[in-house]
Amino acid sequence: MSLDLEQVQRIARLARIEISPEEAATARDQLNGIFGLIETMQAVDTTGIAPMSHAVDVVQRLRADVVTEQNRRDAFQAVAPETEAGLYLVPKVIE
Amino acid sequence: MKWEVVIGLETHAQLQTKSKIFCGASTAFGAEPNTQADAVSLALPGVLPVLNREAVVCAIKFGLAIGAHITDRSVFARKNYFYPDLPKGYQISQMDLPVVAGGAITINVDGADKVVNLTRAHLEEDAGKSLHEDFHGKSGIDLNRAGTPLLEIVSEPDMRSAAEAVAYAKKLHELVQWIGICDGNMQEGSFRCDANVSVRRPGEPYGTRREIKNLNSFRFLEQAINYEVQWQINEIEEGRKIQQATVLFDPDTGETRMMRSKEDAHDYRYFPDPDLLPVEITEAWKAEVKAGMPELPQVMQQRFTGEYGLSAYDAGIITSSREMAQYFLDAVAAAGTANAKLCANWIQGELAARLNREERSIADAPIKPAQLAGIVQRIVDNTISNKIGRDVFDALWNGEGKDADAVIEAKGLKQITDTGAIEAIIDEVLAANSKSVEEFRAGKDKAFNALVGQAMKATKGKANPQQVNDLLKKKLGA
Repeated sequence: MSLDLEQVQRIARLARIEISPEEAATARDQLNGIFGLIETMQAVDTTGIAPMSHAVDVVQRLRADVVTEQNRRDAFQAVAPETEAGLYLVPKVIE
Repeated sequence: MKWEVVIGLETHAQLQTKSKIFCGASTAFGAEPNTQADAVSLALPGVLPVLNREAVVCAIKFGLAIGAHITDRSVFARKNYFYPDLPKGYQISQMDLPVVAGGAITINVDGADKVVNLTRAHLEEDAGKSLHEDFHGKSGIDLNRAGTPLLEIVSEPDMRSAAEAVAYAKKLHELVQWIGICDGNMQEGSFRCDANVSVRRPGEPYGTRREIKNLNSFRFLEQAINYEVQWQINEIEEGRKIQQATVLFDPDTGETRMMRSKEDAHDYRYFPDPDLLPVEITEAWKAEVKAGMPELPQVMQQRFTGEYGLSAYDAGIITSSREMAQYFLDAVAAAGTANAKLCANWIQGELAARLNREERSIADAPIKPAQLAGIVQRIVDNTISNKIGRDVFDALWNGEGKDADAVIEAKGLKQITDTGAIEAIIDEVLAANSKSVEEFRAGKDKAFNALVGQAMKATKGKANPQQVNDLLKKKLGA
């Protein structure tokens, strides 16, 4: 499997990454290099081995359902670019 | 030409946990903006999610209640998209290995049972809220809701009408409240539906679907689907093709309108979240959860038809909420099993109507189960008629008297059963209504009913109607 320039640009757009045509070409070559690695790994016979969803073979530790956090809005909003009436303000997201 | 409607629902049920799914911030509704948005909810750099055990318990309960497969190793995934009320740039959800897989819910539409299969139910976090008004050209973001645990319940495209979709949504709504995982408050957004709707010719492959987002009432669900179905049929019949899209329902116009085309928006690039390990759900844990669950409504419904002789329909209504079922059980305990059917009638009839009218829940009904049982018992032993029973009900509802016997005594409502007394009243009625008597003799059955009515009126409703009937017939020689 390999990616073309158009696919690289689409992924960059979805990830909101600004990318120049030169960078796109470099990224394409690097990503295709990674696909090469994956192909090599896929050649290994894994019959009978259950796939893992995480690199570490342990299970999730769970937390008791208890409220532990206090209201620290003032501290958090002190470092926000703009706030009003307790809300974080951002550029308008609908037309 | 005939069209077949195909509907699948995705329902988001907000889980009743005290803290959020991946952090210890409160989930309480209605707090001041951002006072429950901690470092994890804000996605500050370096924070990590720690899964709330209770959220997993809720998902297990749901899976057990619908007879689903519970995944022994469930995995969380990142769903990537950009929106200011999702500060991480991804929502933690589940893709390949949801907690709940399969299962089914039985609905009843127009007296016929139908099984709706479920695809899956998975855990995920809710996003925050964006407010677009009043901020001089900017949007305001409240992240209190960000990270609230949700169970997204996905059905198969098994429904064939808006009525079926509503029946399914209602059943689901009853069930999540019954097992105590969701408060079901639709105004506050605790339970909301997205409907995937398409049309096709019977026997053909599925048509292209459009998804109606965020329906937060059963009425809107029904209106939106009906409008959407008609719109799609018109489009196709006029030679146009349906494009896959997300639409919003506008309750003011009753119409659905396009929100965004799905091209890019749907490319969420899911992948397993490296911050979270697989969740192990053992047989022992499932057994422990199961032991703590209430008797399920469908099981109780069967018990009520078998043990108490209720019809399937009546048992279905009585088991529509745990509170109502408990009220029924308490009333039967006081009135006796033999009077169960009558108790059910009173609960579904007089009590439900009155609660509805005054917009009260059964939990704070002024008439307690034992008081209702008292009315039923006095009807059964002929102390009062059914009609007088309603007067007693009114009096108890208004707090006049502690039980049925006290009201009957205080108001002198005891039924007149003394034949002599009733005969005397009938004689008076016959004398005063000679015209009706003549009409009856001339063959008008209606006149007889008028005479019964007069006699009942003369006794202020306290005579036994059947007895009046019999005595009147005898007197008239009928």
